[in-house]
Amino acid sequence: MRHERHNLVVIGGGPAGLAAAVAAREAGCSDILLIERDRILGGILNQCIHDGFGLHAFKEALSGPEYADRFIQKLRALNIPVMEKTIVLNLSKDKVMRISHEGEIKEIEAKAVVLAMGCRERTRGAISIPGHRPAGVYTAGTVQNLVNLENIMPGKTVCILGSGDIGLIMARRLTLEGAKVEAVFEVLPYSSGLQRNIRQCLDDYGIPLCLSTTVIDINGPNGRLEGVTVAQVDEKRRPISGTERNVPCDTLLLSVGLIPENELSREAEVSIDMITQGAVVDDSCMTNIPGIFACGNVLHVHDLVDFVSMEATKAGTSAAKYVAGRDGASDCIQVKPGRGVRYVVPQKITHGKNVSIAFRVAAPSCESVIQIKRGTEIIKEEKYSRLHPAEMVWVDLGDLDMSNTDDLEVSVK
Amino acid sequence: MIEKEFTCVVCPNGCSIKAEYAEEKPHKLVSVSGNRCPRGETWVKQEIEAPMRTFSSSVLVRNGDFIEASVRITDPIPLVKIFDVMAEIRKITAEAPLQIGQVLMENPAGTKTKVIVTRNVAKIQ
Amino acid sequence: MNKFYDVIIIGGGIIGNAIARELSRFQLKTAVLEKEPDVGMETSCRNSGVLHSGINYKAGTLRAKLAVRGNAMMDQLCSDLKVKIKRIGKLTVALDNDEMSGIDRLMAQGKENGVPGLRVLNNAEMQEIQPGVDGIAAIWSPSSAIISPYGLTIALAENACTNSVEFFLNTNVTSIEKTDDNKFIITTSDKNIYKTTVLINSAGLGSGKISGMLGVTKSNSGESLKIWPCRGEYYVLDKRLEGSLKTLIYPVPGAKDAGLGIHLTPTVDGNILIGPSANYILEEMPEDYKVTSSVLEDLRREGQKLLPDIKMSDFIRNFAGNRPKRTPPEVGGNGDFIIEEADGVKGFINIVGIESPGLTSAPAIAEMICKMVSEKMPLDEKENFVSQRPGFAGHFCDLPPEEQEILIKEAPDYGEIICRCEKITKKEIRDAIENNLGARSLVSIKYRARSGMGRCQGGFCTPRIVRILRDEYGYKPEDYMLREAKSNLFFGNVRESE
Repeated sequence: MRHERHNLVVIGGGPAGLAAAVAAREAGCSDILLIERDRILGGILNQCIHDGFGLHAFKEALSGPEYADRFIQKLRALNIPVMEKTIVLNLSKDKVMRISHEGEIKEIEAKAVVLAMGCRERTRGAISIPGHRPAGVYTAGTVQNLVNLENIMPGKTVCILGSGDIGLIMARRLTLEGAKVEAVFEVLPYSSGLQRNIRQCLDDYGIPLCLSTTVIDINGPNGRLEGVTVAQVDEKRRPISGTERNVPCDTLLLSVGLIPENELSREAEVSIDMITQGAVVDDSCMTNIPGIFACGNVLHVHDLVDFVSMEATKAGTSAAKYVAGRDGASDCIQVKPGRGVRYVVPQKITHGKNVSIAFRVAAPSCESVIQIKRGTEIIKEEKYSRLHPAEMVWVDLGDLDMSNTDDLEVSVK
Repeated sequence: MIEKEFTCVVCPNGCSIKAEYAEEKPHKLVSVSGNRCPRGETWVKQEIEAPMRTFSSSVLVRNGDFIEASVRITDPIPLVKIFDVMAEIRKITAEAPLQIGQVLMENPAGTKTKVIVTRNVAKIQ
Repeated sequence: MNKFYDVIIIGGGIIGNAIARELSRFQLKTAVLEKEPDVGMETSCRNSGVLHSGINYKAGTLRAKLAVRGNAMMDQLCSDLKVKIKRIGKLTVALDNDEMSGIDRLMAQGKENGVPGLRVLNNAEMQEIQPGVDGIAAIWSPSSAIISPYGLTIALAENACTNSVEFFLNTNVTSIEKTDDNKFIITTSDKNIYKTTVLINSAGLGSGKISGMLGVTKSNSGESLKIWPCRGEYYVLDKRLEGSLKTLIYPVPGAKDAGLGIHLTPTVDGNILIGPSANYILEEMPEDYKVTSSVLEDLRREGQKLLPDIKMSDFIRNFAGNRPKRTPPEVGGNGDFIIEEADGVKGFINIVGIESPGLTSAPAIAEMICKMVSEKMPLDEKENFVSQRPGFAGHFCDLPPEEQEILIKEAPDYGEIICRCEKITKKEIRDAIENNLGARSLVSIKYRARSGMGRCQGGFCTPRIVRILRDEYGYKPEDYMLREAKSNLFFGNVRESE
């Protein structure tokens, strides 16, 4: 088996991997290799043909492929080598990986690794919807791929479970292609998609969004989906008897959440946060394994790609410093989610320079205050007119005094 | 009079804006409340009287390494015109190679916008 | 169209295929009629994939005899057919003193049945096999094993096909007549006529109905041949938990239980199954594979009790399979297999009520049927019988790196991964598509290649397989089926080319 050595290997050529590779090179790292499993770079952006990407990063409303192309151009200009159609079969904590690339299995050893594998969709099996198992039940992202890349129409009369953004986007896309989208059902009492998408993908086309409602049965005894039974749910998400109704449809799209794809990370003994299902990292995006960094949706599921690029830039820069032996980590401050906060990334701070933290709140609220405490001392309070679990919150903390190792706690007041 | 609630999408504040407008078409905004800035009122007025939208779609490609290419319109068009523009886009078959930004159609269905390619598609032999 | 055969087998499940493969050693004209678009689509592929030792069955019954014999035949069969099998053994556990009588009863029964290697273990000895297991004592049956049930069912059929058995898929038998010259005329829903000297009914859930077409509603000893479908629901758990179960662990069964109780079963591919439940369903809908919220809830609860490390994200799929039982709900328990030439209908061999241990017994049943056929007609061995399937057991990703390198050089498609969760290569997908039975649905590809069986459940590989089928096999949107006829996956193109 051939054996190669590189300074930095970035696993995944989606928005996170692209930005990390570019940033690492710009921070002076030589000998970078970017590994992508698909035939082209761009990751999930290639199937996200809707616009609205880059409003923060470029002040433009680009489509997914255009947004990716901006970074691919930079990558090419910086001569960063890319291996497409390549799968990393395994990864060890010593940063040795086996890859399968165009008819060859190779071993690659890296001084640093950036994990940027993205996430996958939660499936029917994961949420245990009872009923038959007919054709016509798809995750929204699979349909997005089939419609936008393979020219295939998966169905004509569509119900959508889950108000995640991909589902909303596909509601509009399928409507414009002549399908009838009956409704979007959301088990929570609020939507998990962005307001803009609810307005422009559902309201514009008269597609109802049914909150506190879920699919409790799938009906398709003859091969293809014939309908779903939906019911309203109580505050514990249990179906309320008497509210059941049948909605005839030939297609059910599931947009019920994304799960960071951390199988390689686990093999490399990277610690995983139970809530984010991504790695536990410090403020340089480094995991518990020295030299292994994580960013983008493999670290935690983001709402906007612009923030993925921002986080990946930090990971790439940090990885370059690590390769150069200028890591500069010191004692560790724990960052903890407090009241009203579901999770915070990073989970620890070891550098303390220009720190920014990202988190999601547990429930929607209005006119609330985000409070960040260090031990008992309040170091920051910010007022928000609206907080929503669908939207990530970023707070800049600047430089922190690393001689004080009291925990940081983020909470909603 | 119709009363409707809007969640403003202009900024992340997402104000909940109550709007009143006349029933007869074309709708005319009568009053707004709940917006924290004037941009909210402008937005609601536009949404009620003449909503404008951009959108994306795809076209078939001949001799390309992808069988479809994604496209989008460059400038917002009236929401009511979207299906007319879709009908025009549906007629397009493009020939590879295609470059991001390449204009495939101008002013479809009497609108003032362009349909541009948003994916690079290489030619296959 | 008229087709003449020496032997026709109705039902391409594990039993029909094992018989077909056994008969394919001889110079016979044999056909299998299967109503689904692939073999093994019903009970045979929808079970725990366990090879039983034979301790659970009453001495002297066919179930006892055939399970012990079938189990002993499996190593050779799996080696010939390249089917994954793991002899992981089984602990039948008594939790308290009340259950010890069950242990004694099963131990005596097992010995009488000739089950090899049985021992009673105390808790300390149990811990050596499965750390952390509860219970005061257990029977250790080392011949218990796990196997890929679809792997074996499909391998038997494909090997039989290689040896000239004809498989007719999508072929539903609608009527059977006995002629004056002691032949059978079979009519199918597509209006084809098949004629045969020996007719074998291995139609599983439909075996009672098929037998009824010849007016045979009772066994030779007067027992009803009616089938009572009994559904078992399962959960499939993520491979993250692979290795947490070293062996099979079953409770001591109650005498009236319809199954062996809800338990955890590791699969040969590294998942864990929770199940099966046992619920009788409507007789007129024996193939209703609905899963139900109440049973799923029970399974989740039981599963988490048995293996506390299970997290919500570990449940990756659920499914149901139906047992073709001969005992009605009010009787419970299990009836014995019925395997006999029907009195008064010469040449008609009935195989009815093959529930568990049907998978284990399959090769022994085939051996038994072969003997019965030999009493009807001379069986002359073929010179060119191919006993081995080409390739390797399991999947490319399971092979050691050195072997992978050699294979990739021979076939570069081994170097391209299509299913990322299970690391299934393009070569394996293509081999599955090109199976000699002509089964081409997405599920047929999945059962052969394992694509889409991982944690993303085909989200990643489905579009890629769709592309391979279109670009390399000329598929149109209307050609893609999930499983059965009419399970169309797609409704045309987004844009039709002019």
